[in-house]
Amino acid sequence: MWRDTLLMAGKDLRIEARSRVALSQVAPFGIVALVLFAFALGPDRSPMVKGAPGLFWVAMLFSSVLAIQRSVSVESTDGARDGLRLSGLDPAGQFLGKTLSVAAQLVALEVVLGVGVVLLYGASIQTYWLIAVSCLLGTIGLAAAGTLYGALSAGLRIKETLLPFLLLPVVAPVLLAGTRMWQAALSGGTPANGTPWFHLLIAFDAVYLALGVVVYGPIQETA
Amino acid sequence: MTSKTIVQSPRMIWTTRIIGILALVGTGITVWLGLWATPPDQTQGDLVRLVYIHPGVAWVALYLAFGLAAGCSLLYLWPRTRSLFWDRLAAASVEVGVVFNACTLISGSIWGKPTWGVWWAWDARLTSTAVLLVLFLGYLALRRVPAEPEVRARRSAFAALFAVVDVPIVHFSVVWWKTLHQGATVLNANLSPTIHGSMAWTLLLGFVALTLAFVWMLLVRYRIGAMEDYLGSGELDMALLERQSEGMAPVPATGEAPEALAPVGSAPGARAPAEVTR
Repeated sequence: MWRDTLLMAGKDLRIEARSRVALSQVAPFGIVALVLFAFALGPDRSPMVKGAPGLFWVAMLFSSVLAIQRSVSVESTDGARDGLRLSGLDPAGQFLGKTLSVAAQLVALEVVLGVGVVLLYGASIQTYWLIAVSCLLGTIGLAAAGTLYGALSAGLRIKETLLPFLLLPVVAPVLLAGTRMWQAALSGGTPANGTPWFHLLIAFDAVYLALGVVVYGPIQETA
Repeated sequence: MTSKTIVQSPRMIWTTRIIGILALVGTGITVWLGLWATPPDQTQGDLVRLVYIHPGVAWVALYLAFGLAAGCSLLYLWPRTRSLFWDRLAAASVEVGVVFNACTLISGSIWGKPTWGVWWAWDARLTSTAVLLVLFLGYLALRRVPAEPEVRARRSAFAALFAVVDVPIVHFSVVWWKTLHQGATVLNANLSPTIHGSMAWTLLLGFVALTLAFVWMLLVRYRIGAMEDYLGSGELDMALLERQSEGMAPVPATGEAPEALAPVGSAPGARAPAEVTR
């Protein structure tokens, strides 16, 4: 299973390295979202600094929908999905591989958006490791839930409109917990401020990773 | 028991009717008890009367409807029990559950305005309940995507299982986060209800009446779903016969009934009856 995971993640990341869709479209989209939030809040700094954690995560959620759609559409042409099913790769490995690849892209995006938040909104980070932990756990959750729903909506003709509707409410806990942890990190909070949200993120990741490992194979048969 | 027999059997039709009547009577008595017979609360006054409806509606939506939908989805996915019967039942359950879920939010808001001073509070239980509504609206949207019945059933079953993960979060939200919403009154940790006397009985009756209402809606919705499937699978004639045999729409007799149905002003007995019977 782990070998298949790495194979699958390597394949997706290689496609990304050659096509540069995430780099040339998803990352700029995230930055545009940050700039638009700034326009909406006006030129005054204080609401921006106050809202920075939430705005960061909302931008991440929207960008992750794009990353997921890209990850799904990679399999939708040239009978790639049928090829994968014939390949004999473990479905759980396929799921983990796709999740890993999406997560890797999202982490890169988080670095870009994190720098954007600091530069554009003037937020100053006090506790770096809290930011790192929240981003890592949040990303795994986004990628796992996204890959799962992406597989569910794969092959639907209207997946562009349906996927965000299905996915965004599901990942609301990530937004909630990520925002709270960022707030603690920006205000120089102690580890204790983040702990309950830390547990929520771990539980969310565990649930969706486990669900994905179990049901990814059967889901593939629906499309 | 196949889905066809459920739709066609007269016993099932009568059971549905009786449950519907019981639900109506039960709801009527609950309304009478809740609004007139029971005393106002010591602290909340007349506002307490909403408690006879709100927890019952929430119970039906969150536990009964969505729990049943999840159970049916599992049974559908299990190869041995795979049947479109479970799929239709899950779909009917979610559809009714969504209505009850919306009613939970609405009745909660009506109570929240005078008690908390706001229609909506960003409280963990309220928020997670609202998320639950959106999740199952997503389920219904997924169902509307045209697909083969088996593909749709499979896909929907997964979506229901993903969505139902939120139900325990809603249930324990009042414990995990210290919320504005009060904790469980009846199903609390040590199972000792904190409500007594006529109020407890009214609350209980409300639960029973709303459960009956749910079952009735579920059966009716299931029948409609099954008939829609017959329609889709070219068994229109059977669906029509089925509908007519309910006694709601009498089968037009060849001689006189069509004339009665003919539009006013058209020549009686000329062309109109032929069109109607066809």
